Amino acid sequence: MSFLTLTNVSKFYGDTQAVSGFNLTVEKGEFISLLGPSGCGKTTTLQMIAGFEAVSGGRIELDGRDITHAKPNTRGLGIVFQTYALFPHMTVEQNVAFGLEMRKCGAAEKRDRVAQALSLVHLEKHGARYPRELSGGQRQRVALARALVIAPPVLLLDEPLSNLDAKLREEMQFELRDIQRKVGTTTIMVTHDQSEAMSISDRVVVMEAGHITQVGRPLNVYEHPANRFISTFVGKANLLEGQVVGAAGERADIAVGGMMLSLESTDTGLRGGGRVVLGLRPEKIRCTAPGQGRCNGEVVRRFFLGSQWMYEVETPLGLLSVLSANDGAEALEQGAAVGLAWSDYSLRLVSTARSDEGVAA
Amino acid sequence: MSAAGTTSVAPPVVSAAASDKAPGQRSLPWLMSAPAILLCTVMLLVPLVLTFVLSFNAYDAETGPKAGTFTLEHYAAVLTDPYYYGIFWRTLWISGLVTLICIVVGAPEAWILNRMRKPWRSIMLLVVLAPLMISVVVRAFGWSMLLGPEGLINGTLVALGFAKVKLLYTETAIVIALVHVMLPFMVIPVWTSLQKLDGGVANAALSLGASPVTVLRRIVLPQIMPGILSGSLIVFGLSASSFAIPGLLGGRRLKMMATIIYDEYLHELNWPLGAAIALLLLVANLVIMLGWNRMIERRYKKALG
Repeated sequence: MSFLTLTNVSKFYGDTQAVSGFNLTVEKGEFISLLGPSGCGKTTTLQMIAGFEAVSGGRIELDGRDITHAKPNTRGLGIVFQTYALFPHMTVEQNVAFGLEMRKCGAAEKRDRVAQALSLVHLEKHGARYPRELSGGQRQRVALARALVIAPPVLLLDEPLSNLDAKLREEMQFELRDIQRKVGTTTIMVTHDQSEAMSISDRVVVMEAGHITQVGRPLNVYEHPANRFISTFVGKANLLEGQVVGAAGERADIAVGGMMLSLESTDTGLRGGGRVVLGLRPEKIRCTAPGQGRCNGEVVRRFFLGSQWMYEVETPLGLLSVLSANDGAEALEQGAAVGLAWSDYSLRLVSTARSDEGVAA
Repeated sequence: MSAAGTTSVAPPVVSAAASDKAPGQRSLPWLMSAPAILLCTVMLLVPLVLTFVLSFNAYDAETGPKAGTFTLEHYAAVLTDPYYYGIFWRTLWISGLVTLICIVVGAPEAWILNRMRKPWRSIMLLVVLAPLMISVVVRAFGWSMLLGPEGLINGTLVALGFAKVKLLYTETAIVIALVHVMLPFMVIPVWTSLQKLDGGVANAALSLGASPVTVLRRIVLPQIMPGILSGSLIVFGLSASSFAIPGLLGGRRLKMMATIIYDEYLHELNWPLGAAIALLLLVANLVIMLGWNRMIERRYKKALG
């Protein structure tokens, strides 16, 4: 049975539609990410679940209870805000204890639960400090402890890691996931960072302009992006525009830039002559000796990324980005001739003429 | 005069790094603050010292103050006469009451102002600030027209069949007019501290199960307390030393400190006695305000930094 259900939820500001037709069911204990560029409606959706934004249409149900129009202070959800929103005039302990006080929790139980929550986020020693005496990462942990101490049915995270520096953000991603696993709280996180969404969530909900465009496991979204936007927003992709020459069963031949590429696709709608966009991930392309790959090209530019090299290779298919592991082999020089190879199933159909750029194909 | 108590001149800050520099550079901070120092010295310190000296000079009804003499008789006269105690007490309670009313009216006003939408907020802020743009004398006369025996309020009461109420030349009139004048000085500091408030904080408290009233009491109020307290310092100081409003709305018989000083100087021509009262007012104001300030700091410094 689904735990949190959003049915046809929408939000209008006057004539402007911020969110529309939002349908999602969340299972108990699941970690869901709402992923999308700024202005796509993901934060508005979270605010509606939290109760800070009125719902214009649709229903939100939590554990069988209709909370569509319930007041935010009666929903009992745990929320971590982007700015953390800690109470500046209270110590860490008082911050964490606040939710328990509102629940008229006994003194002894309160003390125990606050200590437990603080040890969960490794802040046992900082209970007597004020928020302004803590670092960004520590404030983040306090905010998390404060939201979790009330044992909420659902934890809502609004861009929780966006104010942290890159290294800390990575650490916190895994810690957040560990804590969520340990506590088992159903969690919904809003983020614009695809790698964050990929690395910690069970399912990713991709949003564009107020609509859901794809829902799926991170690997699935990455490997089978539903449209052109997602293929470039979630990871990098080389987009190849071509024309269907022939299609039979699960195979199709596509002409791109004077070359013939074969595609494995379950899309039966492909007809000869139709225009399509194919996606090819940079890390799926292998560099070979010239003449031994599927096509030849010349390295135009190269970037050193530490663990990888990124080459931009001029080919008959257009300019392709290629990621190659920094595995000790000598890197290609600028201007070097190179062969490029990939397997058939690395090539993905991103969109066809009939649903170009549109809602989920 | 006692408004001087609130104006402090900070010495120019010379950092450790600056002191290593050439002498010419070291004097730069002093040079730059010279105009302000000069202004404070000429306009504030010199008159204050002169008043201080004057208050110890002997007074003769025939010839006026005698320079170069020393006596404590003026202080003794003020401190032993119940008449002055009455005026002291009236000044104290009127200023305290005005401060209290300003808190009760001004803090919610600032809160509402802060929650208003774009065009209305600037308009209402202008309305709040408007009293500051009109001369205090004009405002005082405005109130005397409203509160007078034939004024709008009594006119309305009579029209409704009630008896007339004596408002003008009462303490009530002084309090009403002072609140009107002082309100901006409460609204602005509270508004400033409200703007520093993170909007998410109230939502965070709501999400943790707090009712809107609890959010106001436990989350918003403690954070705007510094604003309320600094506002009350300004309001109290200015009320206690206010002259025009008690002068025009209190009439001849209801004296406050500033008006009695004026009387001693210009009607009795007893300058030394006026100076002594002025200095006593300054000291009383300083003691009350510094004590208040210390209490605030002790209470909120740790929590709000």
